[in-house]
Amino acid sequence: MNEQNDLMILDAVERYIRGEMLPDERLHFENLRKSNSEVDQLVVEHTLFLQQMNRYAERQDFRHTLHDVHNGLSEQGTIDIEPAQRGRVVQLWQKYKKVVAIAATIAGVTAIALSMLVNTVAPATKDPKVIELANKVNEIEIKTDNLDKKIQHVDNKTNTAHNTDINMAVNVYGTGFLIDPKGMMITNAHVVKNSRNIYVENNRGERFRAIVLKLDVSRDMAIIKIDDDRFKPFSALPYGIRKTTSELAEPIFTLGFPREEIVYGEGYLSAKTGFNGDTLSCQISVAANPGNSGGPIFNRNGEVIGILSTKETKTEGAVFAVQSKYIFQALEELKGNPLYKHVQLSTRSSISGMDKVQQVKKVQDYVFMVKGD
Amino acid sequence: MKEAINEKELLKGLARNDKNAVETIYREHYKIIQTLIINNNGLADDARDIFQEAMIVLYEKARSGDFELNCQIRTYLYSVSRRLWLKRLQQLNRYSSDLVSTDNVVAVEDDLEEHNRRDAEFDMMNKAMGNLGEPCKSLLEAFYLKKKNMQEIATDFGYTNSENAKTQKYKCLVRLKKLFFSHYKNDHRDE
Repeated sequence: MNEQNDLMILDAVERYIRGEMLPDERLHFENLRKSNSEVDQLVVEHTLFLQQMNRYAERQDFRHTLHDVHNGLSEQGTIDIEPAQRGRVVQLWQKYKKVVAIAATIAGVTAIALSMLVNTVAPATKDPKVIELANKVNEIEIKTDNLDKKIQHVDNKTNTAHNTDINMAVNVYGTGFLIDPKGMMITNAHVVKNSRNIYVENNRGERFRAIVLKLDVSRDMAIIKIDDDRFKPFSALPYGIRKTTSELAEPIFTLGFPREEIVYGEGYLSAKTGFNGDTLSCQISVAANPGNSGGPIFNRNGEVIGILSTKETKTEGAVFAVQSKYIFQALEELKGNPLYKHVQLSTRSSISGMDKVQQVKKVQDYVFMVKGD
Repeated sequence: MKEAINEKELLKGLARNDKNAVETIYREHYKIIQTLIINNNGLADDARDIFQEAMIVLYEKARSGDFELNCQIRTYLYSVSRRLWLKRLQQLNRYSSDLVSTDNVVAVEDDLEEHNRRDAEFDMMNKAMGNLGEPCKSLLEAFYLKKKNMQEIATDFGYTNSENAKTQKYKCLVRLKKLFFSHYKNDHRDE
């Protein structure tokens, strides 16, 4: 009954704004508006809404016109790129590609000939110093190799098993998670820094295009945003982001995509600092595999306490994570851009107190595979 | 002088969403924007996106009451496209200090700020519509976008009479407003 009443009032308000009322009814309604502030408020609000709706409709119409015109002209061939109008670099390339090819061939042949010459001449002069030097170089190489191996980034580069993609060749992939319901996400900088195109994919296999908003290589953290009409924003996130440092031995769990399927792992916070005392990160003990990089680390209340980032290979089970408080800091730096001025991180988690199975069920839709090429 | 009058007429047509006017502007100015984008790291698809967005900026400017264009359409579209493309390059982390440009440019920052605001509002309505689900989305689109009357809508959607269709429309409208204003108020909180 009450609902019926509300609908009648809304109908009256809309007809009033659209000027569809007869003079008598209009007078009656205006009196009602004067005496009833709720009705007056509704008129103000609905006027604003209808204005927004009109603009929305106008822009949709105009977009259709643009689309039609573009297709029409394109079919006529009026607006296609003609060879003469390509970019200057392309023009130069087309003009000189033969010359370039010949020059490259000559350079190549010369190089081969020279190295052959050196090879045939060199053994004759066996200088012990040169050999020593070469050994030194070898030694240094081995040392840097070892250094490289010490910290291994937990990502899979050119993993052919995952190369099932049609649109893009996947070079890097990792994990990312939402920090705001509208599609803003956190992942590791090393997952996206060399990628031109970035896609994120949820556990149901739905894929969305994403863009990088902020890259912080020193903290190995990136803020990316889903930029795809097909993405339906969530109303809220089930988890909050923790602003303070977590306690030693606190139980934690992670979700990530070491393969094309979301994988759960659990462990505990083992040190408040990261590799070599790095205070930006912390050490956790959890099973992490390539592809887990960028994944969220939850405590038992379902709060995000960190971002999984690198793995030290020598010690079994030692994984490092960027501390979650740096998410707040990174976001502050992004707020200079008016588009993101209003983004607010939630620190409240609606899943605390649930058992872990329920928690994981609630959060898994907010964790994505991040793919870059 | 004749050209100035023609441009004025074109802009009037544009404001009415007149297809001929849009096509004339498109035909005359698309290529220069395409060249700008392609000379600066872009593809043909990027050129289409940027040009169409610039056209939307011009359209919305042409529709606003106090509109006066104090430069040629070509210069305006070029200036807007140039800024839009610089911004896109920045977002893609492919920022180059400046673009290779060949044309005059005018200041368009204020217009783009207004455009960004409208863009955000458009997205809000679009999202609200997207979250509405069927049949509400199609029903409201039929009424507000395609401007059909309730009788037509009742027939199209299989309601027994236009009164029933109207009740359904208002139920959907209440939901849409809730969805829209939840974002809108969040976004305008401290303004």
